[in-house]
Amino acid sequence: MNATPDTPVSEQKGAQVATEIDRLRVVGKPLDGHLPDVHPRDAWTDRKLHYNLVNPNNRRKFKVIVVGTGLSGAGAAAALGELGYDVDVFSFHDVPRRAHSIAAQGGINSPRARKVDNDSIDRFVKDTVKGGDYRGREEDAYRLGEEGIRVINHMQAIGAAFAREYGGQLATRSFGGVQVSRTYYTRGQTGQQLELAAAHALSRQVAAGTCKLHSRQEMLDLIVKDGRAQGIVVRDLVTGKVRAQTAHAVILCTGGYGNIYYKATLAKNSNATAIWRAYKRGAYFANPCFVQIHPTALPLMSKWQSKKTLMSESLRNDGRIWAPRKKQDDRDPNTIPEEERFYFLEERYPAFGNLVPRDVASRNIRERIDAGYGVGPLHNAVYLDFRTGIERLGVKLIRERYSNLFNMYEELTGEDPYKTPMRIAPSVHFTMGGLWTDYDQMTSIPGLFIGGEAGWAYHGANRLGANSLLSGCVDGWFTLPYAVPNYLAGLLGQAALDPGDQAVRDTVKYVQDGIDHLLSIDGTYGPDHFHEQLGAILDRYASVSRDPEGLATAIGEIRKLREEFWRDVKVVGEGDRLNQELETAGRVADYLELGELLCIDALDRDESAGAHFRTDHEIDGEAKRDDEDWCFCSAWEYPGDPSARPIRNFEPLTFRAVPLQQRNYK
Amino acid sequence: MRLILEVWRQDGPDAEGSFETHEINDATPEMSLLELLDRLNHQLVEDDQDPVAFESDCREGICGTCGLDVNGVPHGPEDNVPACGQHVRSFSDGQTVRFTPFRAKSFPVVRDLIVDRTGLDRIIQAGGTISVDAGTAPDADTLLVTHDDAERALDFAACIGCGACVSACPNGAAYLYTGAKLSHLALIPHGKEERAKRARSMITQMQHEFGPCSQIGECALACPANIPLVAIAAVNRERLRAGFKKGKPN
Repeated sequence: MNATPDTPVSEQKGAQVATEIDRLRVVGKPLDGHLPDVHPRDAWTDRKLHYNLVNPNNRRKFKVIVVGTGLSGAGAAAALGELGYDVDVFSFHDVPRRAHSIAAQGGINSPRARKVDNDSIDRFVKDTVKGGDYRGREEDAYRLGEEGIRVINHMQAIGAAFAREYGGQLATRSFGGVQVSRTYYTRGQTGQQLELAAAHALSRQVAAGTCKLHSRQEMLDLIVKDGRAQGIVVRDLVTGKVRAQTAHAVILCTGGYGNIYYKATLAKNSNATAIWRAYKRGAYFANPCFVQIHPTALPLMSKWQSKKTLMSESLRNDGRIWAPRKKQDDRDPNTIPEEERFYFLEERYPAFGNLVPRDVASRNIRERIDAGYGVGPLHNAVYLDFRTGIERLGVKLIRERYSNLFNMYEELTGEDPYKTPMRIAPSVHFTMGGLWTDYDQMTSIPGLFIGGEAGWAYHGANRLGANSLLSGCVDGWFTLPYAVPNYLAGLLGQAALDPGDQAVRDTVKYVQDGIDHLLSIDGTYGPDHFHEQLGAILDRYASVSRDPEGLATAIGEIRKLREEFWRDVKVVGEGDRLNQELETAGRVADYLELGELLCIDALDRDESAGAHFRTDHEIDGEAKRDDEDWCFCSAWEYPGDPSARPIRNFEPLTFRAVPLQQRNYK
Repeated sequence: MRLILEVWRQDGPDAEGSFETHEINDATPEMSLLELLDRLNHQLVEDDQDPVAFESDCREGICGTCGLDVNGVPHGPEDNVPACGQHVRSFSDGQTVRFTPFRAKSFPVVRDLIVDRTGLDRIIQAGGTISVDAGTAPDADTLLVTHDDAERALDFAACIGCGACVSACPNGAAYLYTGAKLSHLALIPHGKEERAKRARSMITQMQHEFGPCSQIGECALACPANIPLVAIAAVNRERLRAGFKKGKPN
């Protein structure tokens, strides 16, 4: 495990680390986020006013590619299709509705401020910026809040049935990190209803002919010519055919990279390939080390368990988290007397108790497990106990509040949580890092735009629950449709890149060669084997807490593993047909590079911030930010070779509306 | 636990298929049936054999990607549970578990256990949508939807689009799916405007690709989202209603 929080780090060690990091990366240049020169509050209004427009008659002359059909991808494609652009949409799924946005359960924030609980856009921004531990842009948060107001209207109009009060008004509830009630929801399936509505709106455009849907196709490279993104290369997952599609602009809405940890709450197919290959073509990768570890997932129960399942954070409202005071205590939890239970969150954080933010809860749970107090057959969990809640509120009320979650738990574990405490453990959930974008959601490659979790915007070093569904919807429906046309307007009169162009042929060949190479290695172990080992390294050294020595070790181990992969991976089957091993192999190859960058970023970021908790930067077990030296976004630039030192550029962050202050939950 | 796995192998839509038999010796009760297939594939890759192609994604019952027949039953032995939520504990030591792709004429096999379910999406494209462009929606609070109507709409909107209802039906009908979509949209304010037009176009498309309903009800037993059986009645009701509205916009 990592060093315990009280391990002293000598100055000598610090100096060693400084030398170490200089061997691993190069410091680059400050970046311009292209922010409007006005108060953050007025930024979006100002920017919209200065955006160039495309005449409705000219819009069909512009081809736009959207990759991904989650909330942001389906939204962006449908919105641009509605406006009249010629849109090609790519998804590796059979149909758009499968995108993983569908699994986000909790709710969607919207600062509509319809109640008298004192909500406002300014308060939304404050919560978002603080929730992100001051490592995101204020201007982005304002844009999110402003457009976020009308998202609810739109999503309900296209078919999402939101929860309603008895008389018919929209219902809201409160969510973690927020003291007002601004979360709109649909039972425990908000993501599903939003995703279905968005996918159906996209279907409407497909039927209308404005959007062309290419399903079961995976993006494997980005075509860059004259310094602009002008197309993508995809593999047809059924026929194996590799081909190119060109366009005036490319939008990636391909989700987060949390599956790099092997076992995460993400869907099995979620991966980083699209953004990673764009990184290797020149898009900067922002803050890869900011990975959210959610406290209440189900623990691993067997060797063959394929992923982790999330239990909603809302359970912490009425459930009490504890671990036995005795190590390896395998008694039936109901027989463990009160004085032998350690309610560690309540004891350590009396003000917030079980409702401390996600990063704090995860760290404390992990600390108990690593210290040997874990419960369950694999001693890898703690209890989330509803006994007191049931005594206080009665089974009926608990059932009303959480029955769908309790049923899910019982379905998965075969245990009845009304009678036996749930077993929970932290799990990787949401990635706050992603491709760097400027205020116009454009990456460092002109013509390449990002929506949703694939980018770095809004979430900083931490995430505010229920803001991620909002950012997916807002990016897709309401901000990319302004920013992308502004870029396209400058290309009027230019045709999309000729599919026969040398740049297109070269990129297709590069991808095909890569596939052929993977198939030719004929080693000993399948790609999954390497993924599992990479996950174990990251989980050990770059999870809820990190220390410089551990991260340096991880980098070495990942390099060794990557070398082994390219020497000894075995990809059975052929390339010219459906081959899931081949798909996995390509994704794992990318993870083996991204994993190293993630650790370099964590080692480089010599502070603690939100989910990035460095044991050498803490006060009383709390994350200690260093605003003087680290108040910026790290945007990594590919050096042209996986073995060369990546270049860390940086965009300084300034806070005018929400002054910097330390988070403290004690 | 020891289990005998009989798995359908088929190279492509036009290829001949056949069963392959494998044995798993270290199955455990808490494994899901998809994890059992993962285990099998691991074994196959170790032996340099082609792993079984099957689909899954979220593995928590919401994305609708997984879907296969287990011993002839869509998703597996437990009613109203998707394949990712079905567990080895439903079987006993030494038992044979037979995996076949969803069985329906309108779901051609892509490879092994993967089928093409895009026919369901074509029903949506035919009109299962609401004509509202981004930016044109009125304030959602000005259109009242009672709590009960919203809840009823959600009962139908819960459909995960897995296609188990089609596989369960002896006729390969898509009435439960189509009825769920029609009912959901008929219960919310914006959806009501296009109700008749939608019913006509969706039902025509459905009949074009899928079989007729004989009201047996297997579909509702297989449905992982517990879509109520009344959804199948909604198809005929919406069609009849649309007939009365002929010549009128709605």
